Amino acid sequence: MKDGVNGVALAVFIFFFLAVTIIGFMASRWRKAENEASLDEWGLGGRSFGTWVTWFLLGGDLYTAYTFVAVPAAIYAAGAAGFFAVPYTILVYPLIFTFLPRLWSVSHKHGYVTTSDFVRGRFGSKGLSLAVALTGILATMPYIALQLVGIQAVLDVMGVGGGETTHWFIKDLPLLIAFAVLAAYTYSSGLRAPALIAFVKDGLIYLVIAVAIIYIPIKLGGFDDIFAKASEAFAQPNPATGQPRGSLVPGDMGQWGYATLALGSALALFMYPHSITATLSSRSREVIRRNTTILPLYSLMLGLLALLGFMAIAAGIKVDNGQLAIPQLFETMFPDWFAGVAFAAIGIGALVPAAIMSIAAANLFTRNIYKDFIKPDATPAQETRVSKLVSLFVKVGALLFVLTMDKTVAINFQLLGGIWILQTMPALVGGLFTRWFHRWALIAGWAVGMLYGTVAAYGVASPTQKHFGGSSKEIPGIGEIGYIGLTAFVLNLVVVVVLTFVLNAMKAPAGVDETSPSDYTADVGDPGVKAELPPATAGAPGGH
Amino acid sequence: MPEETDAKPPTVTPMRVVIAVCLIAPFVAMLWVSSYAKVEPTFIGIPFFYWYQMLWVLISTALTMIAYKLWQRDQRSRKGGASA
Repeated sequence: MKDGVNGVALAVFIFFFLAVTIIGFMASRWRKAENEASLDEWGLGGRSFGTWVTWFLLGGDLYTAYTFVAVPAAIYAAGAAGFFAVPYTILVYPLIFTFLPRLWSVSHKHGYVTTSDFVRGRFGSKGLSLAVALTGILATMPYIALQLVGIQAVLDVMGVGGGETTHWFIKDLPLLIAFAVLAAYTYSSGLRAPALIAFVKDGLIYLVIAVAIIYIPIKLGGFDDIFAKASEAFAQPNPATGQPRGSLVPGDMGQWGYATLALGSALALFMYPHSITATLSSRSREVIRRNTTILPLYSLMLGLLALLGFMAIAAGIKVDNGQLAIPQLFETMFPDWFAGVAFAAIGIGALVPAAIMSIAAANLFTRNIYKDFIKPDATPAQETRVSKLVSLFVKVGALLFVLTMDKTVAINFQLLGGIWILQTMPALVGGLFTRWFHRWALIAGWAVGMLYGTVAAYGVASPTQKHFGGSSKEIPGIGEIGYIGLTAFVLNLVVVVVLTFVLNAMKAPAGVDETSPSDYTADVGDPGVKAELPPATAGAPGGH
Repeated sequence: MPEETDAKPPTVTPMRVVIAVCLIAPFVAMLWVSSYAKVEPTFIGIPFFYWYQMLWVLISTALTMIAYKLWQRDQRSRKGGASA
């Protein structure tokens, strides 16, 4: 498929990329803040976004290169198993509906910007807060890596990536350029950049999806033909293993894996620092619940995009690296100029979430590591500077994941992050509902979960790499194959519960809880709730 | 398990049970994989496995919306005219 550079597609791609970059830089002037140097301002956009901007923002970081590249690629490679992403995104919303309004309330009452802030306030434990912060930063890196893989896949198909034989630097050069642009405008504009770009991006994405799911199936002769061909292709035994390549429906063996991946991913999603950032950016507690009634629209898109994996098979696309399947399908099926638009949608669709994710991780570091442990008396200007630097560092970490790990199953990047972030759930979600858990038990449970999850994931081999080759493994005691993240989480929870009994019996000091029950249900207008940071964004209220 | 922290009026009301059912139903439906792991009946050529789950996107959206409306009503009746 290395038949030279696709000039037209590349030109269109670059046009959109430049447009977005310019918007990114201009965004820093949009609804300009009075006090730009404050971390709240750079990292949370003044927390003044209403329903629609929040909707775009959430969509912008929840539906990403994961949606466009990784999920269809998983379907292309193995069939039904990759479709777990749909139940995953279905289950996310009831969870958000239940958990996040409480987090919004307590955060706005006490001025928490991160999950670690909350955990420290709730359990009076800096150690637990540190554990949550470190986990959030670590787990975000492979997720950002997934986005970079998405951009790289697009560049590869356009022919700018170079072949397997070219020098590694030339091969990765486009990736490094994309990375640099991302870093530059995130650095200068903060969360405002992704919010504005999200409008451009979502417009492009809707357009491309609409065209892709109508035009491609018609050209391929309808879904009957598509699934007939896919079924045929999946039945072919893989020459390496002698097993069929995949199936249209998960067999008995795969059902535990399917369900645990869906549930584990759903539980993990809203605990990522970037999901929390987006949630806290919303204007009121009610906005969050209202969003859960409109956000599922994105899930429908995800399902339809996932089916592109089958269409790639039906269209006879043959790639060694599954991540290239969809970009290659677009290039084959679309006229060059529209392929360029589609590639721009994928590229920018990867860029925006990567920016949001790195900002969120940077906030975590600054608030909960830098200020708590390194320089408690840091000025707001210093905080902002550290945040900006760390957001760069996190992106470099992600780049390392991309350069060192196997990219052919990119969905594993996200699942690996999920294994880690899930281990913060007992402290975070548990803490939102009860103060019964003991802080030391939570730390112990977290450590056990992290250790088990990492060791188990390290031990999974795939045909292409010896370690971190997958995210599912036999569940001890049940004997079925399941998502490691969920197994580790259950283990974590068991440790927490048992140790809490022990520690409470021993009367171990429980730490100070600075929150009170009514803080968890407070909304805008209730006494003490900091609904907004001062003016800055005053033009906004009522405007949405 | 919607929020059940307000202690004064009864914590579990029929309305809250309905809200809980709306929020839990998608979990039962989606995690019970064997109930939908089949090809037939197909819909415009798409195997049951795929269109059924996509149908559930719509169903769960509707359920969440119902839960949201009921929750708003629940909160209004609870707060009375207390805070604005």
